[in-house]
Amino acid sequence: MTDVFVRRLAEVGSADAASAGGKAAGLGELTRAGIPVPPGYVVLAEAFGAALDASLVRSIADLPAGDVGAIAQAAAQVRERITSSPLPASVAAQITAAYAGLGLGVSVPVAVRSSATMEDSAVASFAGLQDTYLAVHGADAVLDAVRRCWASLYNDESVAYRRRLRLPEDGLAMGVVVQRMLRPRAAGVLFTRSPVTGDRSVVAIEGTWGLGSALVAGEVTPDRFTVSKVTGEITGRRIGAKLRLHSFKPNEPGISSSAMPVSLRGLPCLTDDEARALASVGRRVEEHYGTPQDIEWALLGDDPACPPLHGDPADRIRLLQSRPETVWAARERPPVATRKPRASDHVLAWLEKPL
Amino acid sequence: MDGTDGAPRFLLPSEIADAPGAEDWRSMYPYFTRFQPEDDQRFWFYNSMHFPEPMPAFDTITAEVPYSAIGANTARVFVFPTTLGIEHRIVNGRVYITAIPVLDDAEIGRRAAIFGERASYYYENWDALYEGWKVRMRSLIEQIESVTVPQLPEFEDASVVFESVGIAQNHYLRENFHKCIDLFSRMWHHHTEMLMLGYGAYVVFFQFCRQAFPEISDQTAARMVAGIDVIMYRPDDELRGLARLAVEAGVDDLFTEGCSPAGVLAALASRGESGQKWLSAFEQAREPWFNVSTGDGFYHHHRSWADDLTVPFAALPRYVAQVRSGALAARPTEELRAERERIASSYRSLLGSDEERAAFDQMLGLCRRVFPFVEDHKFYCEHWFTSQFFAKIREFGALLARFGVLADGEDIFQLHHTEIDQALSDVMLAWAAGGPPLGGAHWQPIVSSRKRMLAALKDWSPPPALGPVPEALNDPAVRMLWGVTQERIQAWLSPAADAVRGFGASSGVVEGPARVLMDVNQIGEIRDGEILVCPVTAPSWAPVFGKIKAAVSDIGGSMSHAAIVAREYGMPAVVGTGDATKRIRTGQRIRVDGDRGIVQVIG
Repeated sequence: MTDVFVRRLAEVGSADAASAGGKAAGLGELTRAGIPVPPGYVVLAEAFGAALDASLVRSIADLPAGDVGAIAQAAAQVRERITSSPLPASVAAQITAAYAGLGLGVSVPVAVRSSATMEDSAVASFAGLQDTYLAVHGADAVLDAVRRCWASLYNDESVAYRRRLRLPEDGLAMGVVVQRMLRPRAAGVLFTRSPVTGDRSVVAIEGTWGLGSALVAGEVTPDRFTVSKVTGEITGRRIGAKLRLHSFKPNEPGISSSAMPVSLRGLPCLTDDEARALASVGRRVEEHYGTPQDIEWALLGDDPACPPLHGDPADRIRLLQSRPETVWAARERPPVATRKPRASDHVLAWLEKPL
Repeated sequence: MDGTDGAPRFLLPSEIADAPGAEDWRSMYPYFTRFQPEDDQRFWFYNSMHFPEPMPAFDTITAEVPYSAIGANTARVFVFPTTLGIEHRIVNGRVYITAIPVLDDAEIGRRAAIFGERASYYYENWDALYEGWKVRMRSLIEQIESVTVPQLPEFEDASVVFESVGIAQNHYLRENFHKCIDLFSRMWHHHTEMLMLGYGAYVVFFQFCRQAFPEISDQTAARMVAGIDVIMYRPDDELRGLARLAVEAGVDDLFTEGCSPAGVLAALASRGESGQKWLSAFEQAREPWFNVSTGDGFYHHHRSWADDLTVPFAALPRYVAQVRSGALAARPTEELRAERERIASSYRSLLGSDEERAAFDQMLGLCRRVFPFVEDHKFYCEHWFTSQFFAKIREFGALLARFGVLADGEDIFQLHHTEIDQALSDVMLAWAAGGPPLGGAHWQPIVSSRKRMLAALKDWSPPPALGPVPEALNDPAVRMLWGVTQERIQAWLSPAADAVRGFGASSGVVEGPARVLMDVNQIGEIRDGEILVCPVTAPSWAPVFGKIKAAVSDIGGSMSHAAIVAREYGMPAVVGTGDATKRIRTGQRIRVDGDRGIVQVIG
């Protein structure tokens, strides 16, 4: 039996994080919860293991944490080796076949993103610096992007970080997610609690026209919507100055950033119904995981210049990522009030203590 | 406000100039309502919620008596820890108020000990006390209805002699007038008896919600409390019932847009049995449910439906049309109840711990306990009792007119109640002596001059607030009832140039033509699909809500009645804008954003 290096996202779940990486496991889990994500597959950590020359990285483990120059030199060597070495034939074949499957044989643009297997979120976030390749076209380019994702494990900051904490270099691994690239009408992030106040009764949505990368890269001031989880009311709505538009072309790799058409700049990128539909998807994810989530979303549809589509906006929502919200989760909040002998004691307590 | 010397601030009371054409306005009001020099040191705000118009002299009783009762309740009866009472002043005919806070910690503690004992007695026995309250209020209403106005015939009735009554009718002129004033005062004491505690329960629950859910709107918190079977819906429900009956009985053709009440009633009388059937249902609905003021019970000219059938008859044709088309639905009380429970349990489940949930349950439970009183007292007090009260005063006015003291009975409302005392003394003496009263020459020029001044005062724009901005506002009534918060004060200081801002009281965004109504008697001018812009929102405007797309008011909080009605009708409402009626004109296209509390003129 041949080794399995690639699995469809729908085939993985939370339990597979060690092999698929957190991002892929999360996307698989979303699929299982009935929440649509773009079709795709994950190149498992086993593929990385099969492709990597173990002796190459062992030398790094011995580098002194303070020797920035040596670390940079060694890390560059490793990255160069990873990106330039051909993949083992079975790994390459499986990735190529899975890619072909995505487009039913036609070459389709995909997003290639690393899916860290390490628990340590700080390492993951270092790894996350340069690990997303958008609008990748063709099987060869996909293989190349996969290698570059792997190489990002060895960017200077990540290696220096591991040296400082004396983390092992052995057993380091990474999954890589390959997903159909969406051409969204609008995209962005959402939090299933207020990032500003921590309020758990609202969903906070940020978005812009086109690809969400413009928002993640900080090139636009996004539109912000606050939606009550309880009543569905839009309790906050601020339209941002969306000056840049991220998009991609059919046969050109990568994302291009252009000036946002003037007519779209001050126009909200979501209708109220779309914002409510996003909030409701956010709630479902939160309920699935039992804890507030930090989510990347995209909304399919026509070109932004066209009027909004008819039909249920929920059908056009795709999630690109969901992870637990960490900032407010880490804060302890004492109870606002606790039971008192009589209900009226609450009034007495308040009236005795003026604002 | 005044921005000439740096930071924006409000005018001081002493800086207000007399309104042109009404320079003698002070002569209309008693000395104790005038701003004093030391009042410049305190923050005052215009109570346009209750007093959106200049005060006729008699109508100042609706400030004098309530504030006498409210302050007694909070400062002396229940001994609220952090607040004494409310003071009021009149300038250019407008009522400004301020609450006197208790700031000393030791004093707060001393008061809190007494308050705790007294308040908890009412909270813990609320339902039983409210039942007793209703009995007492019904008795006051019966008493005001049974007050007689002596007609002073040429000769006394024989019974005065043969039953050795010994007292002539002119004596009762004063006694019975005083009885009206005294009953009005009693009514207001009962009005505040439970109300301030009721508001206390609200404030605490709202405060809890805001801390646990920093982004919750007051309107959403209010939806967890809202009563379903409250009396305020009853007059409107009665109208819907009458509309149904009109269709069933086949007399619905009489109810057309712009129909005259007298014309319809006369026509019904000649419609045989079905006409009679409708008329008897009408009489039944009328008492007591038409004792609903077209305002909030603070002005004599806000006639009740019972006095002026124009308002209910403006609503009936629309309801009749809805019955015909099958569109007239009963209030979906079960759905409303279920939605209220769903919202409350959703928030409850989002709380951080079971301890918090226990506190939430206690506070929400307390709010719901006090809610029926807080909602229903208005019908008993401001509407039913007060309609009867003004009707009685009107009878005294007719008597004064008959004796030539006043040119018209309605002019009695241009006199302060202590001045009416004098005019009645005049008539008592004249009837006794057999000569003419002297009041005609004295009062009639005064009345004419006051009417002219009131007309001039209508054109004066009262600043929303006066005096230095306070550091803290913790009076429950001021916050809950008037919606005066620090944010509100800041908005008053720096009004947005392009948008009218207020409280989003009911969510949603709509656009439509504005209809600015300064006076509730204009209610018939409203057309389908317009957006109502008015000084104050009041439950008696209920029939209007079937026609309008949204409501905007100058003053009001998220618990004001129209806010509640608007939420139930599911239409956007922005209340407490301060000056929407001045900045928006009838016919302008406006956009009402009930989520953000913004009204924009768009064309």
